[in-house]
Amino acid sequence: MIKVEGLTKRYARNVAVKNISFEVGQGEIVGFLGKNGAGKTTTMRVLTCFLPPTAGKASVAGFDVLEQAIEVKKRIGYLPETPPLYPEMEIATYLTFVARLKGIPHAEIQKRVDEVCERTAIADVKHTIIGKLSKGYRQRVGLAQAIIHNPPVLILDEPTSGLDPEQQREARQLIASLSGDHTIILSTHILSEVEQSCTKVIIINNGEIVASDSVANLHHRRRATESVHVEVAGAPANQVRQRLEQVAGVASVEGVDLPNSAGNDGLVSFEVHSLENYSVRPELARAIVQSGWNLTELRPVGESLEEIFLELTKSETPAVNKEEEVVAQ
Amino acid sequence: MRNVFTICGKELKSYFTSPIAYLLMALFGLIFGYFFASATVFFVNAGLRQQLGGQQQPMSINEYVISPLLGNASVVGLFLIPLISMRLFAEEKRTGTIELLMTSPIRDWEIILGKWLGAMSMYLCVLGVSALNVLLLFAWGRPDWRPILTGYLGLILQGGTVLAIGTFISTTTKNQIIAGAATFSVCLLLWVLSWVSSYNDAPWAQAVAYCSILTHFEPFSKGIIDTKDLVFYISAIFLGLFLTSRSLESLRWRA
Repeated sequence: MIKVEGLTKRYARNVAVKNISFEVGQGEIVGFLGKNGAGKTTTMRVLTCFLPPTAGKASVAGFDVLEQAIEVKKRIGYLPETPPLYPEMEIATYLTFVARLKGIPHAEIQKRVDEVCERTAIADVKHTIIGKLSKGYRQRVGLAQAIIHNPPVLILDEPTSGLDPEQQREARQLIASLSGDHTIILSTHILSEVEQSCTKVIIINNGEIVASDSVANLHHRRRATESVHVEVAGAPANQVRQRLEQVAGVASVEGVDLPNSAGNDGLVSFEVHSLENYSVRPELARAIVQSGWNLTELRPVGESLEEIFLELTKSETPAVNKEEEVVAQ
Repeated sequence: MRNVFTICGKELKSYFTSPIAYLLMALFGLIFGYFFASATVFFVNAGLRQQLGGQQQPMSINEYVISPLLGNASVVGLFLIPLISMRLFAEEKRTGTIELLMTSPIRDWEIILGKWLGAMSMYLCVLGVSALNVLLLFAWGRPDWRPILTGYLGLILQGGTVLAIGTFISTTTKNQIIAGAATFSVCLLLWVLSWVSSYNDAPWAQAVAYCSILTHFEPFSKGIIDTKDLVFYISAIFLGLFLTSRSLESLRWRA
């Protein structure tokens, strides 16, 4: 449905997207993941024919974004990062205007407007002036605008940004309800969103694709080696470390400082990394229990998409900053 | 063409949902009304004096009231039209709605023509206010209606030219105030260009004066439709809209 080959977009001073290629099949929901400024919006703008590519090709439903822009635009519903709304218009007037722009036949416009209002749950505020709407409602109107001509491809730039958790959940449900008959690309920096609603993830960093795979495969890729957080009570640290290192399949053991563990009934904790294709948790548990110590915690770490994402988008910036970013998100 | 009317209708509607339409019509009505009142009072007094002096030939209301009035209207137009054109693209760029227009299956020229026609319709509404005054003359006199029509044609062409220039300037910035001020300066410059020829007869001065929008308006206000003035206005409108389309395209490449 969407095909991007060697796409590069250069602005006056910097390169936003460097030679990226990917394909999206019919009916797929693809999450475009990356930090702010990674090149997500630029890629989407090229696909929607808002910006021409500097080099490379992009096509939607077999139509080239440069050569057959009008055909591409007919088949795309686009929700930019800030919904393109005219604050002085009523919702119904606005949607009628968009419906005309998208070339919906005159006789069907009213029907389509009613349909999308119903679908995005804005039917009861249809005659409100857009300028008076809350952020959540504006986002819904933006989404209504994107799906009004029932396009086969939907491109949504951060559809849930700025919404409260309840609204985010609603937006995700709405997007999920659109899947099936639509091919959807959505960009986000919220990782759980991708895990919940996407079939495929494209992680983009500094204008380059660093990973492009299904959510399950990305998890799997990480699971080849395992990291386990172990907490033990009632034992000296060095003895525990020695014992853990002897367990089959353990590659390394790192001490972890617990915030409240100093001198606190000898609670010690470690992060254990396994060799490839070893599952070490049962062995670790047995080793500790057999040595007569109390096992207080044993949990796998570094399996979330978040970890994968951070690892893949690691750059020269110090680790501290990155943690702050995650917190901020 | 449907897309052009869609955009045009949306533009016209947005003028009337904001105070700007009413403000412009009120301002123009006030200024034109003042000129109208003083011109007719002058005309009545002069006419009386002439009759008392025993002259037989009646004064022409077209020559003494309508022609100077339309001339004034064209100058007032230069000041008000930048207020109509400044928001056309600048506002869409600022709020990001330009992205909606440019990712919809319509062509750039349809957007531009639609917006220009929308602004033209707004300008016609403003001019309409002055027509109320002129119509009053028909109630108490018998002015020749033909020069009035050509005069309005001239006003429309001149307004179209300034709007086309203003539309172009509006694509170059996100800031309405800057767009308005720049358009106003250009208008002012295009007005005073004609002054050059009054103190200089050199060919270059004639050429510069030719570019002034107001010199081409005068014949219209006297009831003359000269092809060279028509050509001037129509080609200036085309130039303005052409520059707009280039500017819009360069937006895509620079963005």
